[in-house]
Amino acid sequence: MSLLEVQGIARAFGGVQALQEVSFAVETGQIHAVIGPNGAGKTTLFNIISGLLRPHAGRITFLGRDITALPPHRISRAGIARTFQTLALFENMTVLENVMVGRHLRSHSGAVAAALRLPRQLHEEKRIREAALGYLSSVGLFSKAEAPVSALSFGQRRLVELARALATEPRLLLLDEPASGLNPRETDDLAQLIRRVRDDSVTVLLVEHDMSMVMDISDEILVLHYGRPIASGSPAEIRADPEVIAIYLGGEFTGAAC
Amino acid sequence: MSQIVQFFFSGLTLGSIYAVVALGFNLIYSTTGILNFAQGEFLMLGGMTAVTLARFTPIPVAVVGAVVIVTLCGGVLEILFFRRLRRPTVLQMIIITIGLSIVIREVALHVWDEKVRSLSYFTGNECSSVRVLGAGISPQVFWVLGTVALVVLLLHLFLHRSLVGRAMRACASNPEAAMLAGINTGRMRTLAFMLSAGIGALGGCVISPITMTQYDSGAGLAIKGFAAAMLGGLGRPMPGVLGGLLVGLAEAFSVYFGMPAAYKDATAFGILVAVLFVRPQGLFSSGELQAGAQER
Repeated sequence: MSLLEVQGIARAFGGVQALQEVSFAVETGQIHAVIGPNGAGKTTLFNIISGLLRPHAGRITFLGRDITALPPHRISRAGIARTFQTLALFENMTVLENVMVGRHLRSHSGAVAAALRLPRQLHEEKRIREAALGYLSSVGLFSKAEAPVSALSFGQRRLVELARALATEPRLLLLDEPASGLNPRETDDLAQLIRRVRDDSVTVLLVEHDMSMVMDISDEILVLHYGRPIASGSPAEIRADPEVIAIYLGGEFTGAAC
Repeated sequence: MSQIVQFFFSGLTLGSIYAVVALGFNLIYSTTGILNFAQGEFLMLGGMTAVTLARFTPIPVAVVGAVVIVTLCGGVLEILFFRRLRRPTVLQMIIITIGLSIVIREVALHVWDEKVRSLSYFTGNECSSVRVLGAGISPQVFWVLGTVALVVLLLHLFLHRSLVGRAMRACASNPEAAMLAGINTGRMRTLAFMLSAGIGALGGCVISPITMTQYDSGAGLAIKGFAAAMLGGLGRPMPGVLGGLLVGLAEAFSVYFGMPAAYKDATAFGILVAVLFVRPQGLFSSGELQAGAQER
């Protein structure tokens, strides 16, 4: 059984068909990339998988369970986490607090317990703090834990978001253009980090424009063009696919690294 | 001197009640984007329910009972009127709260009629007073100040130290990201309504012996509390408390400096209008935060 199965997804905005007939499967333990020119529907696809948008047709199953109609918080509880292309951090909190919010769904005491059983709550709080610090050090931001997120550089903010996503202990991590806005060195570090995440048995689904990084780290690639899948396969297969070459060399994108 | 102290305490007392209303406004606004114009009604309901319960039980029980009942009311209102809305606009939701405030007032009129009621003094009676720097202060004033201070402190701890409180702040800051972190934003919204209602009810109880409670006493409080919340910067609970105290003090001292007492209410409205014109982001807010709030 595949970890994530996407079957016949379609979604339109007004008259624009953003996605149609999109089907693919993500296997456990892989880094699976989705590429395509701007407007190909990659972010829409992520929004549908994470539950922020409903598809107009099609079905998504995760671990064999239909998650198509679930609200976002249930999908995240089911084990799918994501990051945003444009960051979505809690600006009024510290770095550590941001990551601790990610632990929220792995915590056990509810509002009533929090009010009634103070010692237990404090214990839980401590465990969550420690776990969050662990995730922060795994992305190399341990020293920034108490800083307000607003004080961090863009690249560091990306890492905070990544740590928050990891803190939910996902089985599947959706990364929406994680390298955009990063300098080449940061991008290299990020590639390392993504590999490490995969090796920690978190499957990664990745949308990315940085072709060298995609070709470098992906196990499997899906190419979208105007909302339709036109090719899928290993990096080597994609690099050799005549249709992909035609699209990418046909103007919109000059992926020098291809 | 004793007169200044007298006015100061009277301003502080009123101000702390406005602070309670402002807290309620801000809690709901920051977690949901709704301006809840029925906020004042929670205070009225709290006071009235406690007055009714006090006929059968001692006052502390009546107050706790009123807070519990109104808290549940807040949750029920949210579930009935907001949870099921599909893609509501903020304007729709605000108009619903205005409608709710009218309905609650009318229901209260039928249940409790037009009579002005009040809870009896928690300690002492109308005549007892505590001497502070030569001024006679009613012991109830200290009940009000103490209760409000405690509420503010506990709420602050809740929002900053507890998981659930942090989740509420996450919803306020970025609802989408909060959902994707597994937070049930619908439930947080209900919780915000319940907290606001409960805090309002408690405020309504402690102030009832001093200002009396009537079926329509919520409306005035809502506007004063709104002025306080705006003064502190909408959506920010703690500065809103300061805003409340400032509005109360301004009101009291406007009388001290010779404004006819009948025009006392004009002070709060004057502040509201001035804030809206001159500093819509509030006194203690940087422009940045306001931009964040507007995005929603």
